[in-house]
Amino acid sequence: MSKVFIALQTNDDTRPIIEAILADNPHAELNEAPAMVKIDAEGSLTIHRNSIEELLGRDFNLQELHLHLITLSGNIDETDDEFTLSWAN
Amino acid sequence: MDMKTSGRKLGLKEKYAHMTRGLGWETTYQPMDKVFPYDKMEGIKIHDWEKWEDPFRLTMDAYWKYQSEKERKLYAIIDAFAQNNGHLNVTDARYINALKLFITGVSPLEYMAHRGFAHTGRQLRGVGPRVACQMQAIDEIRHVQTQIHTISNYNKFYNGMHDFRHMHDRVWYLSVPKSFFDDAISAGPFEFMVAIGFSFEYVLTNLLFVPFMSGAAFNGDMGTVTFGFSAQSDEARHMTLGLEVIKFLLEQDPDNLPIVQKWIDKWTWRGVRMLTLVAMMMDYMLPKRVMSWREAWDIYFEQNAGALFKDLARYGITMPKCVETAIKEKDHISHQAWATFYQYGAAAAFHTWMPTPEEMDWLSSKYPDSFDRYYRPRFEYWREQEAAGNRFYNKTLPMLCQTCQIPMLFTEPDDPTKIAYRETTYKGEKYHFCSDHCQHIFEDESEKYMQSWLPVHQIYQGNCFPEGVDPTAPDFDPLAAVLQWYHIQFGADNLSFEGSEDQKNFEQWRGMATQNV
Amino acid sequence: MTTTADLRNPPPMQDYQGQAKDGVEHFHGNQLLYVGWEDHLLFCAPFAFPFPPAMRFGDVVSHVLPGAFGYHPDFANIDWQQAQWFKSGQTFQPDFDKSLADNGLGHKDVIRFRTPGLTGIRGSCS
Repeated sequence: MSKVFIALQTNDDTRPIIEAILADNPHAELNEAPAMVKIDAEGSLTIHRNSIEELLGRDFNLQELHLHLITLSGNIDETDDEFTLSWAN
Repeated sequence: MDMKTSGRKLGLKEKYAHMTRGLGWETTYQPMDKVFPYDKMEGIKIHDWEKWEDPFRLTMDAYWKYQSEKERKLYAIIDAFAQNNGHLNVTDARYINALKLFITGVSPLEYMAHRGFAHTGRQLRGVGPRVACQMQAIDEIRHVQTQIHTISNYNKFYNGMHDFRHMHDRVWYLSVPKSFFDDAISAGPFEFMVAIGFSFEYVLTNLLFVPFMSGAAFNGDMGTVTFGFSAQSDEARHMTLGLEVIKFLLEQDPDNLPIVQKWIDKWTWRGVRMLTLVAMMMDYMLPKRVMSWREAWDIYFEQNAGALFKDLARYGITMPKCVETAIKEKDHISHQAWATFYQYGAAAAFHTWMPTPEEMDWLSSKYPDSFDRYYRPRFEYWREQEAAGNRFYNKTLPMLCQTCQIPMLFTEPDDPTKIAYRETTYKGEKYHFCSDHCQHIFEDESEKYMQSWLPVHQIYQGNCFPEGVDPTAPDFDPLAAVLQWYHIQFGADNLSFEGSEDQKNFEQWRGMATQNV
Repeated sequence: MTTTADLRNPPPMQDYQGQAKDGVEHFHGNQLLYVGWEDHLLFCAPFAFPFPPAMRFGDVVSHVLPGAFGYHPDFANIDWQQAQWFKSGQTFQPDFDKSLADNGLGHKDVIRFRTPGLTGIRGSCS
């Protein structure tokens, strides 16, 4: 299985996002680098709006991810509630 | 945060459908083929433009909202940087030379990307891709503006950045990135999208922005990290557009496959060659290193592009053949490029140096199969000679590759002691190349690449001297005249870092910032 | 030249014609010759020179190459009688007393020389 990944800046806004991603995707691996993190996952990775909202204690629009994204890899499927990265093979 | 309203809010998918498809129309005063004359000329067949999907489903209203927030964050940091003499916090003044290469070599490409996507968006009759191109065009002009604003804080204090736009169109090594983009922008709209959106953004830009910006953070350059990451937050969208265009073209018609594969092969190689400059920045120009070029290549090219091409296999796309060559070269290109800039350091708008003994040990550990055997002897010799007052400045102009325009510095993929020479004859004239792949690109579009503006040949034709000088005068110094034409100030912008004005000023100012003198 | 009218009706791309930028007529009576020294990568790439076709080959070796390659400590030890020459990668026997043109060297030809026994800094081909 190929790996997908998402890289985010490390700042106050992304801490709960990263925490939620890792909690919802137990197969994901966290790689820390100066000023950023890269989260790698075999096959696919899903980000859930609800999980982030619970940690943040406020409404969260998944498109807010655009503010902190550095890069990603994989085919994207985005709805109001979920953001998924995956490879077909 | 979104405001809660009483009416039912449109879902992401519905909103995207309304704000893209609903805004297009079929022209009636003129036939569509006349309004959009370029989107069929490359032989690409599109049957249903409605099948275009933007996976992010970003609409213009959301775009403005998030982009303005990114800008506010970025400019707050740029202000803080300027107010606190942020330039004195970088690890070592050698680092600033990477910024000089960035502002002269990369930022003008952002502007060309803006022009390219504005033009391409106009030429596509489908509304979905047109909106996506429009957003990318606006992103790209934002990138060039934020880069100029950030780096202007260095330009106040250091040499070599004062005339970056003028230099971009003239200086020998800047013809490499310039011609890369000119090549893309002078292609048809779909080739441009595959070249920049897919091959460059999806397959290769991670190698430029991610390790390099993380490197800027590691080297204490708060301003550059911030513009880098702010730009990079747009790149994720651009990469997605790049992948989408490939999928869209391949799903539309089986006849598109060979055309798309040819573009992927061509532009992957064009990009790999251009990234030689980035390889050198990572291994030689960052005093504190995050990772070697080879490590970045392994993660962001071999693993990531490997996954990507496995995914695209369902459409019949295969990994470009040039990748085999690029993998063989990954242990060599950064050293070969730095050796080139070191010896032609009198004609560069930034300073060069030989790595310290500790830095050479780092290079040995990162490149166990190549550094000690092929490059250390050369670099130690140059260090000794420089210490003895015999610093090597090569004053004879090099032979260039007709396609990538890089000096013929690359060695045979299987023999790092032999320069790779390739040549072909077209319409009675010889053309030379650094590699099989640059030769194939030329042979496929000879009428295009026979027009390459090769800096060395242009100098010998007499086209690179300031107006009014007399090249036949007895005291005429051609190389000095070329530097004047470049706007490179001899002794300030060029030559060794050791002994430079930048080095002296940085030391003195940092001393003043940390002591009461 | 392309006119505005043409832009609305582009001709098929395969009919596109360019104009070569580096024909010999642009070099003020000179022709280009590229010269590389095998096993000496201290010089990162072969050199490009503009020479009159009537220039004696021996003058290139004795008057031009020292300025280009002389920095290398091996250069002073070259025995030109022993040097092996290649043109476009094929063995080539230049006559030092003849001109470039009479040696069959035309515009944008590439030649290389090997100097047996000399293998660069500490034998690294540098």
